[in-house]
Parts: sequence; structure tokens; C-alpha cells
Amino acid sequence: MNEKRFHKRSIFLVLYILFALLPIYWMINMSFKTNEEILSSFSFFPQQLTWANYARIFTDESWYSGYINSLIYVAINTVISLTVALPAAYAFSRYSFLGDKHVFFWLLTNRMTPPAVFLLPFFQLYTTVGLMDTHLGVALAHLLFNVPLAVWILEGFMSGIPREIDETAYIDGYSFPRFFVTIFLPLIKAGVGVAAFFCFMFSWVELLLARTLTSVNAKPIVATMTRTVSASGMDWATLAAAGVLTIVPGAIVIWFVRHYIAKGFAMGRV
Amino acid sequence: MNATNKPINQKAWWLVLPVLVCVAFSAIVPLMTVVNYSVQDIISPERRVFVGTEWFAAVMRDDELLEALGRQLGFSLSVLLVEIPLGIALALSMPAKGWKSSAVLVVVALSLLIPWNVVVTIWQIYGRTDIGLFGHALASMGIEYNYTGSATDAWLTVLVMDVWHWTPLVALLCFAGLRSIPDAYYQAARIDGASKFAVFRYIQLPKMRGVLMIAVLLRFMDSFMIYTEPFVLTGGGPGNATTFLSQYLTQKAVGQFDLGPAAAFSLIYFLIILLFCFVLYNWMQRVGTQQVEVEQ
Repeated sequence: MNEKRFHKRSIFLVLYILFALLPIYWMINMSFKTNEEILSSFSFFPQQLTWANYARIFTDESWYSGYINSLIYVAINTVISLTVALPAAYAFSRYSFLGDKHVFFWLLTNRMTPPAVFLLPFFQLYTTVGLMDTHLGVALAHLLFNVPLAVWILEGFMSGIPREIDETAYIDGYSFPRFFVTIFLPLIKAGVGVAAFFCFMFSWVELLLARTLTSVNAKPIVATMTRTVSASGMDWATLAAAGVLTIVPGAIVIWFVRHYIAKGFAMGRV
Repeated sequence: MNATNKPINQKAWWLVLPVLVCVAFSAIVPLMTVVNYSVQDIISPERRVFVGTEWFAAVMRDDELLEALGRQLGFSLSVLLVEIPLGIALALSMPAKGWKSSAVLVVVALSLLIPWNVVVTIWQIYGRTDIGLFGHALASMGIEYNYTGSATDAWLTVLVMDVWHWTPLVALLCFAGLRSIPDAYYQAARIDGASKFAVFRYIQLPKMRGVLMIAVLLRFMDSFMIYTEPFVLTGGGPGNATTFLSQYLTQKAVGQFDLGPAAAFSLIYFLIILLFCFVLYNWMQRVGTQQVEVEQ
């Protein structure tokens, strides 16, 4: 019976992976075609394979600098988000204090503002404080939705750890910082991995704020991509190639955090 | 966050303070500015008239808005009903160890990493019956499919695209939640001779409650603000089939250059999302706590 069940799960998994990969395959397929070929015929493989779309991105500074800018502000954002969210999530999961539930929920409400009208005040605020068109500016703006997410995810994982572990450590004479770094952090590795990945991902794909707050120096790749839509029509092939390249950094990130996600909670170590 | 007799410690505020500073920096000023817009008639930057709650009243009377709200609710509920069970099923069937686990994890996460505007542009081609794989496959199965012409097809395409794009978020959260269940629980269940379903119902599901709550709230609020996908794919059409709330808002804000009503609209929009999330959050909290009581 066990065997059969395992079989069913595998079939489901394979089907899902197929469903997940086909659009991505189509994007890769498109990225090796010319625009004429994309629009003229249906084919599983590029008939005249071309590297021109990728060459355009790697040789044009206005294209590849977009990737560099995005990576810089996404990295700043992820580091700040996790650094401030870790202690806060610990506070929420371990103590009650005045207004804790309200603050916890308020944090998440910051993800609920429909962006269209909020962009203008954002522009004005960041111009006033002189952060327009800087990597730090975009990173700070993205904290608005990443910090609450990181706090919520980490709090969930921390609450899964029995409080006895903290108490034992304090009795053993551990100071709070030492306990937190050497005992507690390893226990919630999975949570940190997931939170880091989600911070990276949401900041990486965010378009509206990033486009509003930058012009040249910090222009992100998502904004550069909108260039492929022009009066003379869509540049499907270049967009597809750029899209393929946007997956690469994130795939590397998830490859690095995969162990933290998959390993989870190792009770035996405590 | 549940309230199982945690020690009271007001000093914990110091641990939360950095978060408050970071978030409040970008949250408070824009929100107050929008509140300020919403009570004024802004004819030009120099000429502003205070109109009180007039815009709010006007927005509430707008029939088109109510229709868009109805469509939006239908869409967001469908998203939750499909993505949450599918995400849980996916997390349960993902291998836990070895290179397969790593490979599946990376593959599942891929769709999340593509910028949203690219996702739709690719699906625009992917869904075409003449040159796209998805449309071509449907057509060769004899299904009449046209996402620009038929309202049902357009709506379903936006839904399928959302499922493709965002189910991995649910799956990754659940997968990480599952992996943090200590082996001892499974061993105990094995000794008791618990069925697979019992293990899921009484061990895995309660342990996933925290991550599931995040997944449900995130998917709800993000799908409630969906904009890029229907805008690029169908432009809100055919007819009004895929004109969801945020697109209607943008039409108002950009189309009519009228900040006052658009700001009032945004605030009402925000309050609706807030209300639903609050209800969902409290409901899931309660379901969880009751369960804990039953187990004890």
C-alpha cells in the first residue's frame, strides 16, 4: 500500500513539474528565436537558433547594468530585512508586551496598500530625503513589504521551538546574544532560509516602486525590460532572453538556501 | 502568534523597535499624504478645496466599483481554493532528502523569480492557439480557446496563470513547515498505528498552521491587488470580465487625473483588504487554538 501511495505522489509531482516548466521552456525557446520566427510559426525548437538576443543584453550597458543595480538593492534589502526581523520575531514569539498583537498585525497591513495612488507620495518623500535614484532608496522602500513578511515567517518558525530550550540555555548561563546566535538560530535555519528567499524574491520582481524611485543610476532590470514594449511593437525575443536571465540569480539563491529549507528542525542536537 | 501564557516583558519592545523604525519610515508619510488627498478637490497644485467625506460617499455609490469588487472577491476566493490545497499537496509529495529534493525545490521556485510583467508577456504568446504551446495544445484537443475573445477563457487564463505563478509560494512555505516537524512525532504516530490521513490531520496540518496562515493571507492580499497580469494579458476585457479592483482604480487615477476620488478609493480598497485579512486571521487563529485544546 505504501508503495502504491508513493507511486501516486510521484505521478502528481511529475505532472506538476511539467505544468511548472512548460511556460519556462517556452520562454527559453522564444529567447533563441528571432521576433519574426516567434510570430510566424509554431515550433518546439528554434529553427534558426540565434544568440543575438543574449548578445544584445550582455553588450549593452543599459541592459546589463539593470541586473547589477537590482542585485545591489535586493542584497541590501534582504540583509536589513533579516537583521531587524530576527530579534523582533523572537520578541513576538516569546513575550507578551503592551500592544504586541496590534503591532504584529499592523506590520502586515503595510503590504495591503494598492500601489497606484501611493506612488506619488513615495516619490515626494524619497526626493525630500535625497534618496531618489540610489540603491539604498529602493532597498529602504522595499523594507515596507519585506520586513513584515520576514517577521511573520520567522515568528511562525520560532513559535514551533519549545520555550524550554531558551530557559535551559539561560540556566546554563548563556547570555541572550550568545544563546540566540549559537543555539537558537541553528534551530530555525529553515525559517531563515525561507524568509531570505522570499525577501529576495519579492524585492527582485517588484516593479512599480523600483521604477518610480529610480531614473538612471539605480535603474533595475524590471524597469529596463519595459523598454521592449514600444510604439514599433513588442520585442518578444529580447524580453524572453532578459526573462531567462532574471531567473538565474534567484535560482542560485535558492540553491544556496535549499539545505536550510530541507533540513528543518534537528531535535537531536539539543 | 498565539497567546499561550507568555511571560510579560515590556523590554521586548526594544527588540521590535528597529522593525518599527524601518517600516514606519516608508509607511506613515505616504499613507497620511493619501489621506490628505482624499478629503480635497485638487484642481491644480495651487488650488485645493477641502471637500470632507464627499469623495468617500461618491466612491461608495459607484456601481461599477461594486461590480469590480464582486469580480475581485470571486477571483481571490478561487485563487485561495485552488492554490492552498494544491500547494499543500505539492509540499507533501516533494521528496525530503537527497539531490532530488534540491532539484525539485529549485524547479518549483523558478516561476516565482520571473518579474510579473515578463510572466504575462510570455503567457500572451504561450496561450495563443497559432504560435503558443498552451493554446496550441488546447486547440489540438478540440477545445475552442481564445483568451482575447471569450470572457470565460480570459478569466480562466488569468487564474491558471496565477496558479502557475504563485502555488510555489504556498508549497515552499508548507514544505519548510513540514520539514520542521521533529521525527519523534512521526515515530509516535507509527507506534500508535496512525493512518496516513491521521498523520496529516493531527500532526502535519496543525504544525503547518503558522506557515499556512502566512500563505493564505499573502495569497489573499496579493491576488486582491492583482494588476499587471490582467492588464497586460487582456487589458481588463473582453468587456469587463477581467477588470479587477486595482485596474478600475488605476483607470480612475490615471484616466481622470483626479487625485481626490482616487485617494478615497485607495483608502476604501485598503480597508476592504484589511477587513478580510483581519477576519481570516482571527478565524484561523481560533481554529488553531481549538485544535490545540482538543489535542490536550
